[in-house]
Amino acid sequence: MDSSEAIFDGLKDVGIDFIVSVPCVNLSKLLDMIDEDEEITHIPVTREEEGIGICAGAYLGGKKPAILMQNSGLGNSINALKSLMELYEFPLLMIMSHRGTEGESICGQVPMGKSTPRILEAMDYRFFKPGNPDGAYEDIIEAWDLSCEEGKPVSVLLEISYW
Amino acid sequence: MVRREAIVDIMENITDEIVVCNIGFPSRELYDVKDRPENFYMIGSMGLASSIGFGLALARPDKDIVVIDGDGSLLMNMGSLVTVFAHNPRNLTWIVIDNGAYGSTGNQDTYAQVLDLCEIAKSVGFKNSCNFKDIDLTDVIKSDDCSFVVYETDAGNSKAPIIDLSPIQIKKRFMKAIGKQ
Repeated sequence: MDSSEAIFDGLKDVGIDFIVSVPCVNLSKLLDMIDEDEEITHIPVTREEEGIGICAGAYLGGKKPAILMQNSGLGNSINALKSLMELYEFPLLMIMSHRGTEGESICGQVPMGKSTPRILEAMDYRFFKPGNPDGAYEDIIEAWDLSCEEGKPVSVLLEISYW
Repeated sequence: MVRREAIVDIMENITDEIVVCNIGFPSRELYDVKDRPENFYMIGSMGLASSIGFGLALARPDKDIVVIDGDGSLLMNMGSLVTVFAHNPRNLTWIVIDNGAYGSTGNQDTYAQVLDLCEIAKSVGFKNSCNFKDIDLTDVIKSDDCSFVVYETDAGNSKAPIIDLSPIQIKKRFMKAIGKQ
């Protein structure tokens, strides 16, 4: 299975119908697929933190939300993840292109890339690191269920080698 | 006049609308002035009132959504002006109570004192960018475009009590009240 198609299928099969995004080159194909899907509302946002707020509102209104972003966006969203999503126990699926991992060509991505898993651990948030498309599909299903169960954001980190 | 009186004025125009209210004293004052299950009180995440309201507006096109924001919070999430304008949710009315101060932290000055928030929203493209004193809020809520309304007041907080609902209680009560589309 194609790396982007596996993620798309996972999102569809758990019923995600509301997505906010800040793009990454590795998410390009997935973002195109989402734009073409009539059942999914896709809102590109100016900054990831804004997207977390929009997802909270969408959930309150009955949607199943996800955010697609680079891991740099985690840094831009930490307070909103804690003092909005976790505080009110809103579920959220975070699909993150994990830059700064093996094969990264842009040195600026490395510091945040190295710290991303430890930041998630410090936040006490579960995350998955699938190595191939079949794993990504399964991890997305599990991540969404876990997020609903725990009332906390759950992430799927997609390293450069995944694509 | 101060924020609390603005909240009283705004709520006199509210019937079955969903209200999303900014963190801190604004939510405490709204809770004291007119608590209702269709009010969503922010307890954290300063700056995101308009984003939460926008998400609700998209998810619930059958409902009118009124956001009660503040100038300091708007300045923290200026990008929201662009995103909301680009989508123009006709069922969203975004009210900014502009008292030129970070009210909940001791009334420190905000840069809104040297800004015209209405003009900023107009320059982004909002067709309905207006001052509360010039409009009938009920008409604005029912209009066919997203609206941006500035309500200018002096700085100052009332003696509103702490909200005695937990975040989970606020959420559950709110979601039950607004139901599903």
